[in-house]
Amino acid sequence: MKTLDAVIAESPVFAGLTQEQLEFIAGCAQNVHFDEGQQIAKRGDPADVFYLLRMGEVALDIDVPNKKPVRVDTVEPGQVLGWAWLIPPYQWNYDVTATELVRAVSFDGACIREKCASDNELGYALLTRFSQVIVGRLQATRLRLLDIYGTDSH
Amino acid sequence: MAQTLTETAGSLEAMTPVPYAVTATRQDTYDTWTLELEPVNGAPIVPGPGQFNMLYAFGVGEVPISNAGNFETDERLVHTIRAVGAVTKALCAAEVGTVIGVRGPFGNTWPIEDAKGKDVVIVAGGIGLPPLRPAIYHVLKNRKDYGRFVLLYGARTPSDMVFLDEVKSWQSNYDVDLDLIVDAGDTDWKGKVGLVTKLIPPANFDADVAKGFIVGPEIMMKFVAQELMNRDLPAESIYVSMERTMRCGVGLCGHCQVGPTLICRDGAVYTWAEVEKLLAVKEL
Amino acid sequence: MRAVLAPEALEAIVEVLRRRDWRVVAPTVRDKAIVYDEIASAAELPIGWKDVQAPGSYRLERRDDEARFGYAVGPQSWKRELLAPSARLLQIERANESFEVVKNAAETKRTAFFGVRPCEVAAIKIQDRVLIGGSYTDEDYLERRTNSFVIAVNCGEPAANCFCASMGTGPKAEDGYDLVLTEILDGSHRFLVEAGTDEGAELLAELPQQPAEKADTTAAEKVTDAARKRMGITLDRSDVHDLLLANLEHERYDDVAKRCLACTNCTLACPTCFCTAIDDANSLSGEGNDRVRKWDSCFTLQYSEMHGGGTRRETKSRYRQWLIHKLSTWHDQFDTLGCVGCGRCITWCPVGIDIREEVAAIRATQEAKS
Repeated sequence: MKTLDAVIAESPVFAGLTQEQLEFIAGCAQNVHFDEGQQIAKRGDPADVFYLLRMGEVALDIDVPNKKPVRVDTVEPGQVLGWAWLIPPYQWNYDVTATELVRAVSFDGACIREKCASDNELGYALLTRFSQVIVGRLQATRLRLLDIYGTDSH
Repeated sequence: MAQTLTETAGSLEAMTPVPYAVTATRQDTYDTWTLELEPVNGAPIVPGPGQFNMLYAFGVGEVPISNAGNFETDERLVHTIRAVGAVTKALCAAEVGTVIGVRGPFGNTWPIEDAKGKDVVIVAGGIGLPPLRPAIYHVLKNRKDYGRFVLLYGARTPSDMVFLDEVKSWQSNYDVDLDLIVDAGDTDWKGKVGLVTKLIPPANFDADVAKGFIVGPEIMMKFVAQELMNRDLPAESIYVSMERTMRCGVGLCGHCQVGPTLICRDGAVYTWAEVEKLLAVKEL
Repeated sequence: MRAVLAPEALEAIVEVLRRRDWRVVAPTVRDKAIVYDEIASAAELPIGWKDVQAPGSYRLERRDDEARFGYAVGPQSWKRELLAPSARLLQIERANESFEVVKNAAETKRTAFFGVRPCEVAAIKIQDRVLIGGSYTDEDYLERRTNSFVIAVNCGEPAANCFCASMGTGPKAEDGYDLVLTEILDGSHRFLVEAGTDEGAELLAELPQQPAEKADTTAAEKVTDAARKRMGITLDRSDVHDLLLANLEHERYDDVAKRCLACTNCTLACPTCFCTAIDDANSLSGEGNDRVRKWDSCFTLQYSEMHGGGTRRETKSRYRQWLIHKLSTWHDQFDTLGCVGCGRCITWCPVGIDIREEVAAIRATQEAKS
């Protein structure tokens, strides 16, 4: 099994950070796991943590009154789960559930956020990287507005 | 008349619907039905994977529908039809015993022979799965002739997915990397949620020796082809099935042209290299 | 085989053909235009008439001679004889729980097309290529085509919208006819006639004639040479295939869309446009339907309509489809151009859109760029 440092260094979301920055981030990280069906976060909860998924999928759900919750996205191994720790008001936007056994690295977002406020270089580097995560999700969401399966008749 | 004319197939024969009886029907989704057909007289036509037939509902009209049969083991014609217009609604309302008209098969086929010895990546969107079903069965039946087999299927919601049980049975009975995704699910949905393109980066294939087959609405095929190219699969190795208005099916009526090509005559299967530039032009 | 005919000999042509029980379809004046219709006598030819054409404009005027073919082209083409505007292909009748199909093979009488312009001969060759030159043959067209007999008439009177010289299809027919006439009006009114096929030669042998002298052939050459010179080259077709494909999103299409009414006149008047709709027309009783093939036009929204909308919603897309098909993609599809330079699309456009001007406008920006 890879060391935590190696997993972090190899993740695209942290690619290009200095050794010093990586070490700081690794200092805020720990391995975690969730069982199938376990809730990882609840909409409205303070977002003081984010994850790098190593194994297993998680689902993002929105509760809809009088209906079953709608599953709006899934996050797969290798991807980052959670950007709300970096953007005010620092609250989870979805109910997050492990749909199978999940192993992940969890990061202390509150701590990193504090560091970012004083270390602008790290702050800019992380904001740039997490913006890409957010933009990726935004694009995928917008493209789904097209109803891309909707008009076929084969 | 002044010049010699070559003798070729007659259009009138090709334009004549042949009576086929519906032998089984199945409702696949809220708006999609599958019909099985056998000829009222004589032997059935045997289409190749990727070919389409013109289906005629008596007194209503005619539409092009892809063949969805498993021609490896079964000669019955199978067509999966979404009820979106007058003709498709009439076809979907057919019951066992109803006679409908069939003419075809028309168009070219998926390059399943060229794909031998190579990895096969199939990406289907919504009701784009049935046109790929004959090719899928060919690969499954001749599994050892092919390398890795990746089947990615996306739909708007789980209830828009056709043949879901059958698709899952392929996964349990054969060596196939299956991945399913929907735009939005509910908490019972165990597959992925998101854009179908999300399935491509982690898919297990070698772009140097892979062939990609895509069927779905044009917009979906564009995004999927782009994502496959991001995996270094060359545009010449990506195949799509094109759709335009069709009337005659035999290259005479002009309707299905897209720039330099007539889909019923030269397609409906094209490489992405052939059509990428054409589809980039709005309303061509 | 070559000879000279007096104007009166044209009556012999009609007589001989009608004696064989052929239809003779020829130009004749009706509704202030020269149309193609069945004639019983050469006296019904448009004797002493000329057509004056301009973009969006056509009128007949009296000539000061007795020319039989002293006009350019009328609104119709021979397309209506060969690719019928509406043809019932099949009758589908309910039978027990199934249906039966009756095929309607066309049965046409032998028909002489008397007065086919070289541009129209070229148009017929193009439609042959499309409708009977591929892997499927349109039998209705084939039947009519097989029964056709082409008497071409070289052109001495190109109208202002004519550009066959640019397209290499006229004003002199090189092949594709059974007989070809050139009308000579240099003081002694006569026709030089040449046979292009054995059947043409057989007909010629039955006509009262004089041997053709050198002076006659020279005079005939002069007629078409003068016509060619008068037209000049107004559309450069050398690189037009690539030019149009390289400019699919040219701003000129926005400009033309402001003028184009998408009325479909150009496609109906065009002698090469072949698009057809296959419609099922149902009987009121519900016991049967006719499958009918009708002329269609890429200028309508329905032409490209699928469930969920049409491919070409905007007029500019439809004009572009038509233009690139004529001069560019037709070549990719059928290995020939789709335009013969007859000028009908210009004359019969209610707003006078000129295909030559549109191509020139696209070419102008291309040249400015390079």
